Amino acid sequence: MKRRVAMRVNDTEVTAAVEPRLLLVHHLRDNVGVHSPRVGCDTTSCGACTVLLDGRAVKSCTVLTVQADGASITTLEGLGDEGGELHPLQEAFWQEHGLQCGYCTSGLIMAAITLVSEAEGQLSQQEVRKALSGNICRCTGYVNVVRAVQLAARLMRERNPGDMNHGAFPNE
Amino acid sequence: MFPSAFNYEAPTSIAEAVGLLTGHEDARVLAGGQSLIPLMKLRFAQPSLIVDVGRIPELRNLEMNEGMLRIGATVREAEIENAPDVCRAFPILRDTVCVIADPLVRNMATIGGNLAHGDAENDHPATMIALDATIAVRGAGSERLIPAGQFFRGLYETALDPAEILTEIRIPALPRGCGTSYIKLHRQAGDFAIAAVAVRVTIDGDVVRDSRIVYTAVAATPQRAVAAENALRGQRLDTEVLAMVAETAAGALDIHDDPRGTAGYKRRVLRAITGRALRLAGRRAAEQELR
Repeated sequence: MKRRVAMRVNDTEVTAAVEPRLLLVHHLRDNVGVHSPRVGCDTTSCGACTVLLDGRAVKSCTVLTVQADGASITTLEGLGDEGGELHPLQEAFWQEHGLQCGYCTSGLIMAAITLVSEAEGQLSQQEVRKALSGNICRCTGYVNVVRAVQLAARLMRERNPGDMNHGAFPNE
Repeated sequence: MFPSAFNYEAPTSIAEAVGLLTGHEDARVLAGGQSLIPLMKLRFAQPSLIVDVGRIPELRNLEMNEGMLRIGATVREAEIENAPDVCRAFPILRDTVCVIADPLVRNMATIGGNLAHGDAENDHPATMIALDATIAVRGAGSERLIPAGQFFRGLYETALDPAEILTEIRIPALPRGCGTSYIKLHRQAGDFAIAAVAVRVTIDGDVVRDSRIVYTAVAATPQRAVAAENALRGQRLDTEVLAMVAETAAGALDIHDDPRGTAGYKRRVLRAITGRALRLAGRRAAEQELR
């Protein structure tokens, strides 16, 4: 039997009637039309489906849509501002060439958000690698990914020096 | 992949959850879902009813006072990791939580789910036995309190009845002179253990008065090395004693092969990590004395 769910996805209220077994990643892609969360491994390993669920980065292939009823979801689409300016993490991945095929990139960026927005100083390589240990990239070897996340933390501090969250969530 | 169809209920009280489970033999309790959902996607589990306990406020409590730490069943692993007072009081909890899966999974996964799943490769079971924790469960009758050492019965089998839910974990405060640690060997980030060990030592003067040594991923349930604990009593934690204790522990256990290692390899791993974990716990016990 279908259940009615309501959630906020990137500042838009979305309601739908879904089967309880529908995974959040499929709801986002097929019902909401948000395509940055990707189905990579489908086994909770690769992190390509990472989204923020009430501010916490989770793997949306391993969350039931009904579990997210009433929640606030942020995907990569919710990061850049309306004027088309890139979010510091997007900017940094571009500058440092932190991607090749790009399939894992939205997941990496969503997984890195909390780390870069809470960073008080320069992030060490080890801190970044730990925070991204739930994400797999098969192209880059991670070196440029780590550099990009380190740069993003610097960009955030420069853009929003007084802001506790360094403007991590411009739409809120 | 997606699970086979099921009915879904999200009760807001423990009593309501127990009522839903009663008479539903193939119902399953969903907490964070990080073990159960993958099993359902593979169709290893095909429950007809899912009772989601994630919306029950009573299960979300995390509270530490002088004598006791109480952790509600649906407290997330990341919440424990980010509770500095809890990590300071119980270094082994921090050790354990930080090696469970990966940070994204830990944002969803719960401590109650980790224990109730009954998987001897999970990390909390050995730690809870080492800490002499009590697991509180609730069914139709009154609350039952089960010592962690009696909770794990077999592969995916616990002391929980089908119509009971795990509600809280209660951990007694560590006495003075007590040090703890958890050391896990795994092949890559996010993987289950090849083997891991949870250790608690209480030092009196400079000898061990009491200890717990409990292993993850060596058999169908966590394995306590009682012979090694006895051998350690009254000894100083020096290199020779550590080697002797590790040898006693590794030699006495009935270790099973699994895809992450043969019994022979796991035995070698145990010899290495046991001494390492005891040394770390001993150092922490000494640091705690100084505070």
